[in-house]
Amino acid sequence: MLEITGLVAGYDRSTVLHGVTLAVPEDGVATVLGHNGAGKSTLLRAALGLIRPRAGTVLLDGQDVTRLPAHQRVRRGMAYVPQGQQSFPQLTAMENLRLVADGLRDGRAALDEALDLFPALRAAGGRRAGLLSGGQRQQLAIARALITRPGLLLLDEPTEGIQPSVVAEIQRTVLELSGRGGLSVLLVEQHVGFALRAAERYYVLQAGRVTSAGSGDAQAETAVRRALSV
Amino acid sequence: MSIILTQSFTGISIGAVLLLIALGLSLTFGQMGVINMAHGEFIMAGAYTVYLLQGPLSSAGMSLLVALPTAFLVAGAMGVLLEWLLIRRLYARPLDTLLVTWGVSLMLQQLARDLFGAPNVHTEIPGWLSGRVTVIGGDDPLTLTHARLFILALALAAVVALTLALRLTPLGRRIRAVVQHRDLAEASGIATARVDRITFFIGSGLAGLAGVALTLVGPIGPTMGTNVIIDAFLVVVVGGIGQLRGAVIAAFALGVLQAVMEYSTTVSVARVTVLIAIVAFLQWRPQGIYTLRTRSLA
Repeated sequence: MLEITGLVAGYDRSTVLHGVTLAVPEDGVATVLGHNGAGKSTLLRAALGLIRPRAGTVLLDGQDVTRLPAHQRVRRGMAYVPQGQQSFPQLTAMENLRLVADGLRDGRAALDEALDLFPALRAAGGRRAGLLSGGQRQQLAIARALITRPGLLLLDEPTEGIQPSVVAEIQRTVLELSGRGGLSVLLVEQHVGFALRAAERYYVLQAGRVTSAGSGDAQAETAVRRALSV
Repeated sequence: MSIILTQSFTGISIGAVLLLIALGLSLTFGQMGVINMAHGEFIMAGAYTVYLLQGPLSSAGMSLLVALPTAFLVAGAMGVLLEWLLIRRLYARPLDTLLVTWGVSLMLQQLARDLFGAPNVHTEIPGWLSGRVTVIGGDDPLTLTHARLFILALALAAVVALTLALRLTPLGRRIRAVVQHRDLAEASGIATARVDRITFFIGSGLAGLAGVALTLVGPIGPTMGTNVIIDAFLVVVVGGIGQLRGAVIAAFALGVLQAVMEYSTTVSVARVTVLIAIVAFLQWRPQGIYTLRTRSLA
């Protein structure tokens, strides 16, 4: 679904990613684990095209999208939930969703599907997104990403900074989505246990390099914790 | 008593012109964070559009009505060209943008001199706008000119249309989304560069409308835009960056203050008083009347 090869990217003069190579299987979940500052978010931003890579390639469904701007990658089936429950704070929750649905032929149906996933958003639809709780904003962010019915979802720490009761709901949704078929997920997560439960494949990122990778089986957690403790 | 009311009304109509100019700036400067010093020349382009149309369209009334959409399109197209040629390369460099657009402003002024000559030119005011309405009769009458009432109506119509467009249309949602969070908008599938261009088109087009309005109350000349642009920037800053309702209040407040002070003192003293009032106000509320976090002037 997604193949990233030798990706070098960064900001201004600093290079954050030093030749990252990874793959997300069709209908599968891959997770990227690593400490703060390892380059996980930069990797997702570069995969989507919000940062121009200095070297390397990004293939989506076998097509080279390395030079495409982010909005065109979204139209080709990528979706992105950024870190930190980001939204358009002055727009209402419903406007946040309609904004994306506006561009679709069956926008109304897509909007309803997204709201069915998080019924709490229906009640909060008229409130400004900036006034919602962290949990609601994260649900809004995931719903907004899913409206385009993506083939690949880039999820950046979906449970970070969320109250525990909502964390479980979001984790359940991520597992449910990834089990549906037709959706591949690249998940960046701090919760190693959850990440490995969700993923078929893991990558440990340290200082912008993949230092360990493998399949998300029973032995993976020990291997990941060992790699991260170095 | 009626002289104060007359001056206040003059102030309101000055405010209406300022508001038309500030509405465009509120989009390009307030919401996009672009300091476009050539905005005044889009006003000039709108005014010369009326002048040019009065030749082929012999009726002053018809040429004014045709000039409104035409000036919007002409000034809007100039804005898009400027954005595409220069400004889009300078989004993260506000000082460079200021200098480059100032250069463009000087070039456009010279172009106007070459095309239309340095002296001011005049347009004919349509018959239906040259009369007066008597509000209070008697020995001390209060009369309002049709032209100034028309400008007021035009400004208010522009405010309502822009507000509704921003609030209720898909394009309006996209513009607000790009202003609030550019990367997230791009990541949500919105072609942000295209939205920037459309926003610039509307903002510049509104300057063209302001130019048409100015032809009803004064002459047309190459520097007419420069003369009013600073006041319009002040309106946007006092109103609160990116806030339409703040711009409405600020435009009328500044217009009325200027007109009333001009009556009780002199033009220069009135000008100084208004500027001191603005400095004092911004000391008290640096963020302006209303606030909104925007992407580049957060």
